[in-house]
Amino acid sequence: MLDTGPSLVFAGLGAFHGLNPAMGWLFAVALGLHRRSRATVMISLLPIALGHAASIAAVAALLVAAGTTLPQGLVRVGSGLLLLGWAGYHWRFGHRHRVRFGMQVGLWGLALWSFLMATAHGAGLMLWPALMPSCFPAGVDPGLAGPGAAALAAVGIHTLAMVATTAVVAGLVYEWLGIAVLRQAWLNVDVLWVVALGATGGLLLFSAL
Amino acid sequence: MTTWTPDPSFYPSPRMAMKAAPEALAYVAAFDPDRKTPDAIAVVDVDPKSKTYAQIIATTAMPNAGDELHHFGWSACSSCLCPNAPHAHAERRYLVVPGLRSSRIHILDTKPDPKQPRIVKVVEPQEVADKAGYTRPHTVHCGPEGIYVAALGNREGKGPGGVFLMDPETFDVRGQWEMDRGPQRLAYDAWWHLGHDTLVTSEWGTPDTFEDGLIPEVLLGARYGRRLHFWDLHKRKHLQTIDFGDKYQLVFELRPAHDPTKAYGFVNCVISLENLSSSIWTWYQDGDKWAVKKVIEIPAEPADPDLLPPVLKGFKAVPPLVTDIDLSMDDKFLYVACWGTGDLQQYDVSDPFAPKLTGKVRIGGIVSKATHPGARNGALSGGPQMVEISRDGKRVYFTNSLYGAIDPQFYPDGIEGWMVKLDADPNGGIAFDPKFFVPWPAPHRPHQVRLEGGDCSSDSYCYP
Repeated sequence: MLDTGPSLVFAGLGAFHGLNPAMGWLFAVALGLHRRSRATVMISLLPIALGHAASIAAVAALLVAAGTTLPQGLVRVGSGLLLLGWAGYHWRFGHRHRVRFGMQVGLWGLALWSFLMATAHGAGLMLWPALMPSCFPAGVDPGLAGPGAAALAAVGIHTLAMVATTAVVAGLVYEWLGIAVLRQAWLNVDVLWVVALGATGGLLLFSAL
Repeated sequence: MTTWTPDPSFYPSPRMAMKAAPEALAYVAAFDPDRKTPDAIAVVDVDPKSKTYAQIIATTAMPNAGDELHHFGWSACSSCLCPNAPHAHAERRYLVVPGLRSSRIHILDTKPDPKQPRIVKVVEPQEVADKAGYTRPHTVHCGPEGIYVAALGNREGKGPGGVFLMDPETFDVRGQWEMDRGPQRLAYDAWWHLGHDTLVTSEWGTPDTFEDGLIPEVLLGARYGRRLHFWDLHKRKHLQTIDFGDKYQLVFELRPAHDPTKAYGFVNCVISLENLSSSIWTWYQDGDKWAVKKVIEIPAEPADPDLLPPVLKGFKAVPPLVTDIDLSMDDKFLYVACWGTGDLQQYDVSDPFAPKLTGKVRIGGIVSKATHPGARNGALSGGPQMVEISRDGKRVYFTNSLYGAIDPQFYPDGIEGWMVKLDADPNGGIAFDPKFFVPWPAPHRPHQVRLEGGDCSSDSYCYP
């Protein structure tokens, strides 16, 4: 259903999100440390994955809806602008989110936290450039089922890669490395992310010309 | 500025923060009680290997006179590593320095030259009042949603006081923190249990009841603060009030355990109307409620009325006036400043409900006027007041002035400022560092001390 190229992009982005401490593994480890429970670390992965998947799926659904009703060029321009806007927002205001959940968070709260983090990051938006050719291959009348299935597959691959990476990193840090690793290993992926959002947005706009 | 790895002074846990290198600099708020010369942040050399050890090596003067610099804090600290609200690549760089009297907030940059901080922004009182509805900013804490500032008055200088937020990058005033303040009206200190999503606030009084000094009728009528308030840190909602009762006045400094898994902390009550004693209380989680227990009572000391200020003559005793406390990073030792008697006490609080006195020094004091090996002219005025502990727990710094309008009520002959340092034994016990006595240059008096890289009342942690 999906070509290898786009699949690798979905999985790669999933792994990137999984590595980012702000997307969940660190929260899982912290909750485990608080409750002195390895099981808590692993159970936390579930709502984190669920929230992330819901955010990605919502944004993918938006693309499918737009793609089936609007001309391709318009969708490209629109999504390019959206990505650029997101990059700008992130660069300027990324640090000032309202904090709604803390260390006493429950499972549903954790899922909602993960949903909000992924959405604010523009995680789903980044999938669009790879999703477009997968959902709407050139010269084929897509209908609705085709793009829907492709998008679902993409969300699935992305989420699996994300949760697998999250689980590995959370496990490594909780069991062996210890939380002190944060002091050196927490690279500023936000900067890379803003650049990636902007560059992808620019490329989309360029390709629509 | 973009950094690629977290600020090296951010530590995930208090245990790790204890391994930080010793501080080389201390920043000290200094104010002119006559409000004629501008207040300043002084930089004190605290590196024993330095030639200028125990000397003020620089001062950064404020642009106006009469601010009354008092407490201050960092724009960012270890709480930036929290998993729920990460800002790992912020920097501990700016000092947020409010004027308690002027309500003006100064932002000082310590980055280009930590030995000579520069003022990079001044937030005028009007902006604070317009955007937050508060005045008389007091405690400053870096936390999950930016910079939290506890303020004692509303825009008219009356109640309610409360907490407002500032942006940690632009330093814009973002607005009132409380979404539902419940019955809370009086304000003073604020801090939190990050592990329990709980914010705690304490009470002094509204500015009209302290800016000209303590008012005896208000005090004897038990109308100054005597309550603790517990809040949901993220819903910003008032949850519970604990009233200490009408014998207790002035519930001040909040020192929650640094270990985020522990749900207890310590607060000092300055004076008991029954016997002039000061007391330390432990607050703790009891089921789904918070509770308090008095764990230390420090009695007043009988004294010759001729040696007492007018306000105390009738009582024939010196009250301890415990006006600051500080908890070591490992939550093991609590330091208690008795501004009235001149004691600085150290308690082992490993069991937070059964503190044991493990050390004591005396310096200054209303009656004792005790001296210091490094002081040249004998009798010292003022007493132990703002205390700060190094992250490793081995050094304790303190100054001797409380508040411009209250100093002369208890020390009518005037206070000559000083700052001293104790060496603390990790197993208990404290002693003066004989080489560390900083006579404070008049007309200023020193108040809060902040240590380079963080200290025991600056940072909070999300990991045990």
